Amino acid sequence: MYDVKRLDKATLFYNVVISTLGGLALIIMVGPVLISLLMSFTSGAGLRFPPEGLSLRWYAALFDPQVSGRVHTAAWTSLQIALMAVLGTLVLAVPAAIGIVRLSGRVTAVVEPLLLAPLVLPSLVYGLAALFCATMIGLTPSKALVVIGHIVVFSPLLYRATIAVASNLDPNLEDVSSTLGASFLRTLFRVLLPLLAAGIGAGVFLVFVQSFDNVSMTIFLADPGTDALPMRTWYMIEESLDPRVAAISGIQIAVIFILLLLAQRIAPLFKEKS
Amino acid sequence: MRKFDRRLLAVAPMVAISVVFFLVPLLLLVLVSFQDGLALGTFQLDAYESLLGNAFNAKVLMDTVLLGLKVVGLTTLLGIPIGIWYLKSGPRVRTLLIFLTLFPMLTANIVRTFAWIVILGKEGLINATIVALGGSPQKLLFTEFGLTLALVQIELPLLVLPLIAVLSRVDLRAIEAAATLGAGPWRILLTVILPLSIPGILAGWILVFASSTTSFVTQAVIGGARLIYLPQFLYKEVGTLFNWPFAAAVAVVMLLTIGTVLFGLSLLGRHRRLVGHV
Repeated sequence: MYDVKRLDKATLFYNVVISTLGGLALIIMVGPVLISLLMSFTSGAGLRFPPEGLSLRWYAALFDPQVSGRVHTAAWTSLQIALMAVLGTLVLAVPAAIGIVRLSGRVTAVVEPLLLAPLVLPSLVYGLAALFCATMIGLTPSKALVVIGHIVVFSPLLYRATIAVASNLDPNLEDVSSTLGASFLRTLFRVLLPLLAAGIGAGVFLVFVQSFDNVSMTIFLADPGTDALPMRTWYMIEESLDPRVAAISGIQIAVIFILLLLAQRIAPLFKEKS
Repeated sequence: MRKFDRRLLAVAPMVAISVVFFLVPLLLLVLVSFQDGLALGTFQLDAYESLLGNAFNAKVLMDTVLLGLKVVGLTTLLGIPIGIWYLKSGPRVRTLLIFLTLFPMLTANIVRTFAWIVILGKEGLINATIVALGGSPQKLLFTEFGLTLALVQIELPLLVLPLIAVLSRVDLRAIEAAATLGAGPWRILLTVILPLSIPGILAGWILVFASSTTSFVTQAVIGGARLIYLPQFLYKEVGTLFNWPFAAAVAVVMLLTIGTVLFGLSLLGRHRRLVGHV
């Protein structure tokens, strides 16, 4: 907060430039999300802007099993994949994060880059590599293969979110707990996991969102019967571009918005550190 | 020592999965790029020769890198003012800025890509505005301009978040001191704020470049069939042509290219003159 006493030309110019660019940045970042939300309430038959009138007809069409049965199947498939991916990453990444903070630095230096590596690799490339691998051992694309791929590529997200909290924990807490006679499991469930809950929650959120949204890996590993929602949405955009896509978007935008608000309430994800 | 063993046991499953399901497929990918088909055993550079020796393919590679660099440049230009606002604001505005960044970031890629069709399309927001102002509609969808704009929106949060993370640790007294000593706002920006932001901007560049060059869906939907970048190129080789060694070679070249540019960007970020005396 450097207050400027004299509003000279340079300062004025600076303020104009920063406000223009910053305003543009916010509009570009948030505007499209709001515009597609607005579009989902159009009463028109197409995506003409501005919408001719407001209605819920495209939401009605989206929820109608007669009209949108395949969308429902795709949404259910994506939900299943994302939930299984979350379960798999929980089993792998949370113990790894709890374990690694107490290992010696030398072990961590070798292991950690390996665990985080999938974050750096484009998931498209991993999808291709996994497809080769599966084909060589005689597997064909399937929903199971998609889930395995998502677990491998997204578990670092949960690992990183958990370790951000785990590395700040006092290691003595655990010793105190076991000295007081608590079993390992009791320490785990009564001491460690509650303390790590915020990190695990944030990680699960990220894994779920990423898995639900992924196309570039899924497209290699899914069989024709495994029609995930983003792929169905993509198909609808290419084929007919009807405003049901806007309704699908609208629902996802609303869900993310509500989840973010809830997260802020329960455990401030983006708490301001002063 | 019992405790140590148990710890190792907790880490072991994820390590094993990473080796078997990540490292092995990746090595295999590299191996396949030197083969004739999927059967291993030969060593040949045919795939690389036909990839790099062809002018069209080389152009696809260059276009992809240029697209990534453009998006990096524009997100930096737009992201820094948000960082400055964040720096100057109190906790409530800071929380709001983070929310406005996270919200679009967590919205599905396909949703944000679709939003740009609504904006750039023939009857979209921009063309509706142009027509209302008396102009004639422009072709925006399936152009590089449209794709760049869409990618800037999608990648901007990836630059802003690390930038904000770094700026939230900045000691505001450094800025006040500079102002007290008579430095104007531009001078403060260039000699205090930017040098302090470099680690965040650098982290952002890496994320933005890697993500924009590999954003398969956005490139395909907004870029259309005629603008070809590496990801579609790779997918086409497998999906329609089943030319596996070639697809593997494209993937390897893609990784090497991205890696080289990221290395270059990180060198730039560590440049003495740019980082200053921090």
